[in-house]
Amino acid sequence: MNNILLIIQREYLSRVRKKSFLIMTLLTPFLMAAIVVIPTYLAMNTTEERHIAILDESNLLPILETKDEITFFHYVSGDIETEKENLDTDEFYALVHIPTSQNLEELKDKITIYSDKQVSLSVRGQIENLIENKAEKIKLAESGIDSQTLKDANINFDLKTIILGEEGEEATGNAELSLGIGFVSGFLIYIFIFMYGAMVMRGVIEEKTNRIVEVIISSIKPFQLMMGKIVGVALVGLTQFVLWMLLTLILTSIAEGFVMNSPDMMANTFQDSPMQKGLMMNQLSMAFGGIPLGQLAFAFLFYFLGGYLLYSSLFAAVGSAVDQEADTQQFMLPITIPLVLSFIMMQFIIDNPDGGLAYWFSMIPLTSPIIMMVRIPFGVPTEELLLSMGMLISGFMLTTWIAAKIYRTGILMYGKKVSYKELWKWLTYKG
Amino acid sequence: MIELFQANNLCKEYAGHKALDGVNIQVPLGSIYGLLGPNGAGKTTLIRIINQITAPDSGNITFRGEPLQQKHISQIGYLPEERGLYKKMKVGEQALYLARLKGLSKKEAKEKLHYWFKKLEMTSWWDKKVEELSKGMAQKVQFITTVLHEPKLLIFDEPFSGFDPINAEIIKREILALKEKGATIIFSTHRMESVEELCDHIALINQGKCILQGSLEEVKSAYRSHTYQLKFEGNLTQLNNFEILSQNENSALIKALNGQNSNDLLMQLIPQVKILSFQEKLPSINDIFIQKVSE
Repeated sequence: MNNILLIIQREYLSRVRKKSFLIMTLLTPFLMAAIVVIPTYLAMNTTEERHIAILDESNLLPILETKDEITFFHYVSGDIETEKENLDTDEFYALVHIPTSQNLEELKDKITIYSDKQVSLSVRGQIENLIENKAEKIKLAESGIDSQTLKDANINFDLKTIILGEEGEEATGNAELSLGIGFVSGFLIYIFIFMYGAMVMRGVIEEKTNRIVEVIISSIKPFQLMMGKIVGVALVGLTQFVLWMLLTLILTSIAEGFVMNSPDMMANTFQDSPMQKGLMMNQLSMAFGGIPLGQLAFAFLFYFLGGYLLYSSLFAAVGSAVDQEADTQQFMLPITIPLVLSFIMMQFIIDNPDGGLAYWFSMIPLTSPIIMMVRIPFGVPTEELLLSMGMLISGFMLTTWIAAKIYRTGILMYGKKVSYKELWKWLTYKG
Repeated sequence: MIELFQANNLCKEYAGHKALDGVNIQVPLGSIYGLLGPNGAGKTTLIRIINQITAPDSGNITFRGEPLQQKHISQIGYLPEERGLYKKMKVGEQALYLARLKGLSKKEAKEKLHYWFKKLEMTSWWDKKVEELSKGMAQKVQFITTVLHEPKLLIFDEPFSGFDPINAEIIKREILALKEKGATIIFSTHRMESVEELCDHIALINQGKCILQGSLEEVKSAYRSHTYQLKFEGNLTQLNNFEILSQNENSALIKALNGQNSNDLLMQLIPQVKILSFQEKLPSINDIFIQKVSE
């Protein structure tokens, strides 16, 4: 036992003390914060003005107006050829040509945008929208429908969902939030298993290739070395994960505080209405009310670790069977398939979190860590959850048992191209 | 003869290949025991079984009179043929780690390491990373971590490979010093001259079987060819029941026939020549090795 602690300590410290760990741990939250903040910041500060010339020969679409403050339309009335030439000199971003036409229908595919470089999708979309809106308004007016009438006919319903608990208690449900939480936690588990599983595998390969492994297993059992490594790396992962969470939270709130404090932004988001702001917070807490937060946190930790333990022993077995990282390909496939499959399945499960597919995938230990996390925010019966957890524990014990057998033989096997048949033989060797 | 270690009828099979096929060996307490054999003979499998890295399919091992078990690990030191260290770890830290895995306390391990580092003039390496060391330097670190916990049984698999002659000499001296202190040493090698120099006992393993075992003297005399090396002055002409294998101006190699011994030869020689030196020519371990393996 003492020895396994020594192994865990070395595996943990040797990784945590690395410069790359420090850099990754510190840099990632900055990147994450940047991903959140920079687009917001950019969206707020795009001030480059765009002037677009419009040559309307049809006179069917009078006076298009832009809604933002950076795009400006200028009606021109020259000959199309001269206007095209003017595009260079007049510093117009683009020229919209509406040719002569009898009616609006005919114009459908006749309008052209000229420019000296590729027009951005958003500009094209914006102009398309404006023209469509204008055409709609004109058509409505022709049929004698006033646009206000149409607006009034359009009522936006917002349905409230209530989840009835087993004892009749009510909780407000929120499918969007459940979806978000399920997706994020499933994704985190997926990433965690891949990143740290591969770290375990590389550690095993390192010990094998630098030939220290035989010295170590003359002091301790191969199983202890394998488990020590798996646990040590798990602790590295948890450390990194917790640090990321903390740093991202701190950075994002600092950055957002900074962004939110600019008066423009406040005005845009909440229209200076404290009431609306309060309403939003209220809605948010009501939405969370329907999600079993305690259960969620516990389950996340359980599936996070359970999934990692299940897969990392397999990663360790793969590492032991090869001489160098490049040879891992053929054995990695059966490990990555269930992982990638559950990742792809996530979106189908989100659509139907109580279907048969969801049930079975959240029971099979190879897929349950990811799939069950997607289901939990939508509510999963306790007995199903316990069954799935029990199966994950047995699955973990089974893969560890198999992995230990392969590992024990593999780490001492050099210069041999190993096949699946060979691995099967290793399983049958006596300790 | 008191045995430190005894293996009875060990068998180990890997996928149809018999790595060990009924091996019996007895390692006397306090001896340096040479384990010889061509590549793939089963030496490494045997050593791994002694280290409890693998278990035999059948057969048993006793260590100091008890069945070999987990607790004996701290009494065994093993320097494998294929050996390495963590490249990114510091020398001192790594030596400390390996020592603690063998059950030494941190304090104890540190004291002993400082003693050994000083003795082998390696103190300045303590904070270096292993990747900065030369191969020979790394081997020295490995040697120290093998012997640090003062094991009763030391197993060296090709200990001199990778050492320059000067360091090989230092290691040889240390191995002999360990023997003086009472350690029993199993020494696996291909280098026959170091076997003759160091070992008291040998076992020859071939194709999973122990085909020869005994003290160096016993083995050598069992394989004597009754050949004598003679240096002389005078004229050597005729010998009865002896065959002159080769002869130069004043030396000859003479083989006894029909159970004659050295006295018989001397009696015939004395009247004929003046003897300068006379010596039985014993087979080298190398000769025996080649002869037995090719049988």
